[in-house]
Amino acid sequence: MAELAERPFPVGDYPVVVVGSGPGGLQASYFLRRLGIDHAVISADPAPGGMFRRFPFFQRLLSWTKPFAPVPREDRYYEWYDWNSLLADEAGARAIMPDLMDGTSSFPSRPEMERNLATFVERTGLRVRYDCRWESTRRDGERFVLTTSDGEYRCAVAIFAVGIAEPYKPDTPGFDLAAHYADTRAAESYAGKRLFIVGKENSGFELATGLLQWAQRIVLASPRPAKLSVNTHSLLGVRARYVQPFEDQNLGGGVFILNASIDRIERAGDGYRVFCLRSEGGTELAIDADEVIAATGFVCPLRDLPELGVSVFGRSQLPAMTNYWESASVPGVYFAGTIGQGVAGMKKYGLPANSGAVHGARYNARTMVYEVARRHFGIELPRAQVKADQLVDVLLSEATRSPELWNQKSYLARAFSLDAGEGIRDEGIVPLAQFVDEEEQAAVAITVETDDTGDIHPAVYVREQGRPAVETLLESHPLHDFHTVDNRARLASLLSGATAGAVR
Amino acid sequence: MAMTQQELVDMLSSLTLFADLSRPQLEQVAHKMTEESYPVGQRILRQGFTGTGFYVILDGEVAVKIDGDERAKLGKGDFFGEMSILLGEPPVADIVTLRQLHVLHLGGPELEGFLRDHPQVMFRMLKAIAMRLRNASRWRS
Repeated sequence: MAELAERPFPVGDYPVVVVGSGPGGLQASYFLRRLGIDHAVISADPAPGGMFRRFPFFQRLLSWTKPFAPVPREDRYYEWYDWNSLLADEAGARAIMPDLMDGTSSFPSRPEMERNLATFVERTGLRVRYDCRWESTRRDGERFVLTTSDGEYRCAVAIFAVGIAEPYKPDTPGFDLAAHYADTRAAESYAGKRLFIVGKENSGFELATGLLQWAQRIVLASPRPAKLSVNTHSLLGVRARYVQPFEDQNLGGGVFILNASIDRIERAGDGYRVFCLRSEGGTELAIDADEVIAATGFVCPLRDLPELGVSVFGRSQLPAMTNYWESASVPGVYFAGTIGQGVAGMKKYGLPANSGAVHGARYNARTMVYEVARRHFGIELPRAQVKADQLVDVLLSEATRSPELWNQKSYLARAFSLDAGEGIRDEGIVPLAQFVDEEEQAAVAITVETDDTGDIHPAVYVREQGRPAVETLLESHPLHDFHTVDNRARLASLLSGATAGAVR
Repeated sequence: MAMTQQELVDMLSSLTLFADLSRPQLEQVAHKMTEESYPVGQRILRQGFTGTGFYVILDGEVAVKIDGDERAKLGKGDFFGEMSILLGEPPVADIVTLRQLHVLHLGGPELEGFLRDHPQVMFRMLKAIAMRLRNASRWRS
């Protein structure tokens, strides 16, 4: 009974309810609390961590934390070197990850990451009602009603941070015979087996890499050729740590990487026969395997939100969202965490933002909470004034060092309003796609972008009142120090008209 | 609009642009391109901006606007973005969503390889561009 009494957030009516205790839910809750917005956090899990309580199976995370960086760990700029700690304003809760790593790699292990999130909860004193499963949703006038295993929660704003966590298998015949990535067993249980892995994304190659020394043969197949992150200049594609299977294939080491679609899977003797259609030419290929594993991804566990009117799209069943991660069809329903990748943003040269990873999602969550605070609770954040003669330096400094801009290239920007009455004001971090399409107020935003050659450079967007933003690309620098003479001159010239208006 | 893999491939096979592709080729297209969703009122292509992509509309509607003036509307099966990628120049028009938009997207740098891999799509695209040119000539005459 005592234990039950200690569980926070009893059922009831709250201004905001956050669902989920992974990085997205924790980060959203943290900033809601900082702004004094009363809210409940509920989670079906027994402890914090979300997907990191289970995944990745083998190896380590794909996100680095560099213990030795050119800036102190308590500094905001250290976040660029630490992709895994959540954001906090108080020094004691910042940069938690590096202290928990054993020094063998700059990529934390899964248990280290889980500890990182649990430590964040301890140090910030965040509270979560664990073992409380969100089951269904309905409307009652202006409020949402979330039915859970503990009863009903009512709220004006609901934030779902439930991950892209439900295993997905294509509806191709025979896929019910395949295991899903999520059901992967201990590596040694695959000793001597012929494996067929469907999917050539990171999860497929994570399995292949982890099972290389155990399996007799590994075939990986999906319709299009695998992309490699070193070629895409982004986290898109197979990460460098998982390229060993490529080398094994090239050297004839029992790995086969095929471009083929799966036509059907059938039982054959004690194993399976996978019928493939080669992407080039369409010829059929039948491959025998002892085990078939579908590394075919996950979908959003949105339960009955579509019936509430939340429109979803795509194979991952992501919600359609605004640039502030609000449902495009049901105002008041927001999303945090990896689901945020459903907001494409500018996606210049096809390069996605890092919203699917902690180092992107943590900034999205903060930006989203600030927007919720403004729109739903009338909380205006302080906007520092900037002197006109400092603006060029401030912009170039942000482009050179800002973790938000470097982690979310072409996606998040630092904006400054240039209002004739108010002078130059720091508007903080904003979604770039939102900034460039708003026309009401004169403003400037700076971001960092990668072009089609892999060159990383600052880009500045200047908006005159009542007109859409105009893009100007600034020059790069071999060591990414963008405070160059040319950039200063260019920026000063671009801003001369706009800031003159703001300081009048 | 959430679709299974098979439903997506079925839908692609019904679009003129992909009408000549075999099922394995359609599956490859579905894997090469990314599904995206955009809310009403957002610009997808922006006049004068670099780094644009190629888009095929699966659901929804967009307006083609030049300097704020609406010139045309595009809907399911229509595509946009190819002109600026092929010419290596920023778009000369804005594409603005009129209804919630569900598209397939391909990054600009991938378009040439994609068209070379799928010459049937290149031919269909060429025909569509020729029709646009013809219509533009008719309006002028």
